[in-house]
Amino acid sequence: MTGVQRTVTRTLVVLLAMFVFAFALVPLYDAFCRVTGINGKVENTAQALIRDSIDESRVITVQFITRGSPGLPWKLEVLDRQVRVHPGAATEVHFAFTNHGKQAGWGRAVPSVSPSEASLYMRKVTCFCFQEQRLDAGERYEAPLVFQLTRDLPDDIKTVTLVYTLYPVDDKTLAAKVLANEAPAIVVPGIAVPGGEA
Amino acid sequence: MAPKLPPQLPPQNRVEQAGDASGTAGHADAGYHHGPKGLLRWLLTTNHKEIGTLYLIFSLSMFFIGGIFALVVRAELFQPGLQLVQPEFFNQMTTMHGLIMVFGAVMPGFVGLANWMIPLQIGAPDMALPRLNNFSFWLLPVAFTLLLSTLLMPGGGPNFGWTFYAPLSTTYSPPSTTFFILSLHMAGISSILGAINIIATILNLRAPGMRMMDMPLFVWTWLITAFLLIAVMPVLAGVITMMLLDINFGTSFFNAAGGGDPVMFQHIFWFFGHPEVYIMILPAFGIVSAIIPTFARKRLFGYASMVYATSSIAILSFLVWAHHMFAVGLPLVAELFFMYTTMLIAVPTGVKVFNWIATLFQGSISFETPMLFALAFVVLFSIGGFSGLMLAIAPADFQYHDTYFVVAHFHYVLVPGAVFAIMAAVYYWLPKWTGHYPNERLGRWHFWTSVVGVNLTFFPMHFSGLAGMPRRIPDYALQFADFNMASSIGALLFGTSQLLFVLMIIKCVRGGEKAPAKAWDGAVDLEWTVPSPAPLHTFETPPRFQHQEH
Repeated sequence: MTGVQRTVTRTLVVLLAMFVFAFALVPLYDAFCRVTGINGKVENTAQALIRDSIDESRVITVQFITRGSPGLPWKLEVLDRQVRVHPGAATEVHFAFTNHGKQAGWGRAVPSVSPSEASLYMRKVTCFCFQEQRLDAGERYEAPLVFQLTRDLPDDIKTVTLVYTLYPVDDKTLAAKVLANEAPAIVVPGIAVPGGEA
Repeated sequence: MAPKLPPQLPPQNRVEQAGDASGTAGHADAGYHHGPKGLLRWLLTTNHKEIGTLYLIFSLSMFFIGGIFALVVRAELFQPGLQLVQPEFFNQMTTMHGLIMVFGAVMPGFVGLANWMIPLQIGAPDMALPRLNNFSFWLLPVAFTLLLSTLLMPGGGPNFGWTFYAPLSTTYSPPSTTFFILSLHMAGISSILGAINIIATILNLRAPGMRMMDMPLFVWTWLITAFLLIAVMPVLAGVITMMLLDINFGTSFFNAAGGGDPVMFQHIFWFFGHPEVYIMILPAFGIVSAIIPTFARKRLFGYASMVYATSSIAILSFLVWAHHMFAVGLPLVAELFFMYTTMLIAVPTGVKVFNWIATLFQGSISFETPMLFALAFVVLFSIGGFSGLMLAIAPADFQYHDTYFVVAHFHYVLVPGAVFAIMAAVYYWLPKWTGHYPNERLGRWHFWTSVVGVNLTFFPMHFSGLAGMPRRIPDYALQFADFNMASSIGALLFGTSQLLFVLMIIKCVRGGEKAPAKAWDGAVDLEWTVPSPAPLHTFETPPRFQHQEH
């Protein structure tokens, strides 16, 4: 093997490795955000309540924001827009889904926490966001959220905002995988088509 | 002032010239060239000098096309309100201006210089992979014809800015975006192949006796640039492939509704994008490091520190990408990390600037056109560096982000930075390419109109940006009117003054004062040991390079 051939082979190996690395960044990014809680992504499975004394000295404001989605004629409302809680205490909040469309369908509310650091201290015992919902045309459905802010929540966090965004679900099994983060960037037909919004 | 220089003997105690310099005058291709004639000769050429020329002509054409797009933008911004173009077309013009200038003008310009000069500077007969070299050039005209043709497609060309942030470039993009992706893929492959060729040439074809630390700095900076290209162009290819999949195949890499994340696009893009901006400036450092010692008639001050500084800049460029994203909502610790690493880059860059100044100190300086451009580079690039430091301060960046201050910053480092360096290189090496000195009078006119034009265009943008004028918007509030009028007049001056550059090149190719082999008094590198103009084939028997203290 001549020197030139050796150099070219080595650069080609680096080249290929970097191309693979670019795609590896997608799961790496996801894992990094989950571990550090940087992106406001919260655990999407039920967690046990931590039986701990309640920190009566601190009061945290927890706000709820709900957003609809183009392509899904649903409305998500929160019955208590804002609650004040002590760290350690479990709180229940009620949400209502309404299908304003003319046909039954599947949808899902995906949560996001702001500031993102708070997502590590937000434990959800029950949440409608753990699974997708099926609503008939015109149906209204109330669902609870039971959450706890753990006592080790950093002192500088005074307000936590939870945002729920509604997304349509066309294929129930695929959507479940996406939400379980087993398939972070997988096809949800009918959603990702550009200009597909109604 | 035309340089009144006697033809010099080959530099003393440096090179024992091999027999190939014997074909002194005229084009020495007579005895060598047996290939096809006419257009086919250029289509099939594998000669590094001819391919270098092709690259440079391509780069110049793209510089004018991108420049015309910029003038459309500046003409619309001459006054507040909408006069000439619709916002949709304005967006296409800003986007295409950026894409053409980055991928079509600056990068091919440097690759052209590398093709011409690296074999000559290291005493190699040609590039290591001449056929690949031909292919990597001819990909470019195809890629950019495709890119430009998107402007004529229904829905228009790319309109999402040269950074093509998702979801603007995916969910909300015009139908032509798939063509944009294909053309960028081709331009990327061209750059990658060029980089492989340059690395293979530098590592394997140096003249006997030339060690790595003997290489001219232009060769060093290009070697490091080529490694950067190898590392990040595949990442660009990856990110545009993900866009392609999102647009056409229903994936959701950047679509939150499907579990993706648009912010991830920015992370991956800038992981490519920040090394990319150094790809556009490192070869410029090499050029200036060749020109300043020549015209100061001194050795370059701190050769080794220049090499280490360039390498540090290249390594740091992988650790600073998120300073483009301070406003997306990074956690505090990330803001601090990227702020400090960004500021750290000022250290090796400062080393370079001080080395150039130290080279000038007590030099016997003359001010021919290449030197004028190189000195303007040092001063004006430093201004761009300082505004970069201001932008690096995360809390301050919340104010500067996406304003004309950013536009002023990167145009200062790219226009009087990269572009002036390419122009300096053209003036510096034209005697070697054509055998004639460039017309000094025309060169000076070109230089001074360009310097005035550049500063008139971009300096007011600092003020309009600090006052809050957002970028990429075709209309603006009335208080920015005077700054914008000045910028537009400056842009017209700078644009038209480039016609002088073309005129100078044409005159220089056709005739002018004859240049000897060593065209500049203080020049020392190997390229000055071959005749001017350089015959088609040089260093067929390698020269013996003798080590000289730096």
